[in-house]
Amino acid sequence: MSLQSKLESGKFAISCEFGPLKGTDTHEIKENIEILKGKVDAANVTDQQSSVMRLGSLVTSALCVQGGLEPIFQMTCRDRNRIALQSDLLGAWVMGIKNVLALTGDLPALGDHPQAKGVFDLDSVTLLQAIARLNEGFDLSGNELKGKPSFFAGAVVKVDSNTEAAAELQIAKMQKKITAGAKFFQTQAVYDASTFGKFMKRVEKYKVPVMAGIIPLKNAGMAKYMNANVAGVHVPDELIQKMSAAAKEDREKTGIQIAADLIKQMKPMCQGVHIMAIGWEKKVPEIMAVAGL
Amino acid sequence: MILSEQKPFEEIVAYLEKDKAVFIMGCHGCAESSGSGGPEQVEEMKNKLTEAGKKVTGTKVVDFLCGKALIKSELKGKIDQLKAADAVLVLTCGIGVQAVAAAVNKKVYPGCNTVNLGGSRGEWEGSERCFECGQCLLYHTGGICPLTACTKSLVSGACGGANNGKCEISKDRDCGWELIYNRLKARGQLSLLADMMKPLDHKKIMPRPEMMSTSRYALENSDKEVKAQ
Repeated sequence: MSLQSKLESGKFAISCEFGPLKGTDTHEIKENIEILKGKVDAANVTDQQSSVMRLGSLVTSALCVQGGLEPIFQMTCRDRNRIALQSDLLGAWVMGIKNVLALTGDLPALGDHPQAKGVFDLDSVTLLQAIARLNEGFDLSGNELKGKPSFFAGAVVKVDSNTEAAAELQIAKMQKKITAGAKFFQTQAVYDASTFGKFMKRVEKYKVPVMAGIIPLKNAGMAKYMNANVAGVHVPDELIQKMSAAAKEDREKTGIQIAADLIKQMKPMCQGVHIMAIGWEKKVPEIMAVAGL
Repeated sequence: MILSEQKPFEEIVAYLEKDKAVFIMGCHGCAESSGSGGPEQVEEMKNKLTEAGKKVTGTKVVDFLCGKALIKSELKGKIDQLKAADAVLVLTCGIGVQAVAAAVNKKVYPGCNTVNLGGSRGEWEGSERCFECGQCLLYHTGGICPLTACTKSLVSGACGGANNGKCEISKDRDCGWELIYNRLKARGQLSLLADMMKPLDHKKIMPRPEMMSTSRYALENSDKEVKAQ
């Protein structure tokens, strides 16, 4: 069953995420595809994540299609203008890619080519508008297409913010993304089910499926790093202490257990879960098993 | 020199849809030499808005509207007229609009678009920056420019990268969209956050070819050379 059919029929959907590596070696991508296909409903393929140049998400998504794993083609507005974005969308459809996740993208200054020009000709909202337009059979300038796609478009939203302005701006933008054509949302990593519950109460009126973001903790240092540096991610002290207290050989098990517990707590509140394993892609089936998915 | 040109009158009237009374401001500097916001254009705008059924509570043309200190001192005698207005219409470049929006606690609307001259700033350099985008969006953003205040020049809202109100690029830079949110909240205009924005028109942002080699100052056009040979 496709991600779209699953979310549209109200079934709980599971997605995960992996990023292509720098270079032409595709062994790891193919290994991940073999491990994840048949287990998750779809896998996000990141688009030069953190502005670090690598193999692209379009080609890697096409490899997923060929390997039998449904991809969610992540597309940022950082590196391409509206001509290239629309052209790559047409290309994605031709390669059998159905799901697109529209993102604004990080600044190039944060990546490994800090001198690069950030394009941002479109942003996440106007990219969603472009996708909707292509689905209708026209480009952004109103020219008719010969053969049109039928993308299932999604977007992201942050659950937790540390200022009122940031929180309200997230909700305002979520509404705009829905108006622009977003049919599902994946969230930034959540580590507190009650915060997530409050967020879901606020957005349930939009009736758009939300997939809760999960990043399994590998150690306490990772949690502290995210608290200090990643906007909208807050790992509670209690979980950091659990990771610190675990013996080195038990750390992995503890991290997986915390992720699984969070999934169990949040499952009744939302329509799916999005597991961002960051290098632990091969452990996704285990996280799912412990969470009872 | 910053070149501005008046927005179509229909666009200005649409901004004022919910407002009955308006105070108009112009500038004796660049806006006057642009023919977009000097005394003549301010008077003309006053008549047109009155004809359109708006009450113009007063007008003020300031020497350099890019100077907030100057704006504040020049407006001292106009407080009653300002208070009687629902909004302030500013017929200048984007810097003048932003300076008034920062100096006056009223809704402030742009009456002009600033045209790209290939890069320039206010005569009186404050913290406000104008992108010279030729499609002024300051109506929607509380008089704070999203193109210059947001590192990514995003028009649809915040990217989500801000932490404790600071941009992901630097802890020393405020998130432009959080500034916009706080301004809109203070002015009771938060509903503007729902406005769907079109992608920027980069054709308008590119300098027009004839603008790259001309000046609006007559003095600049003098063909007299300094006889140094």
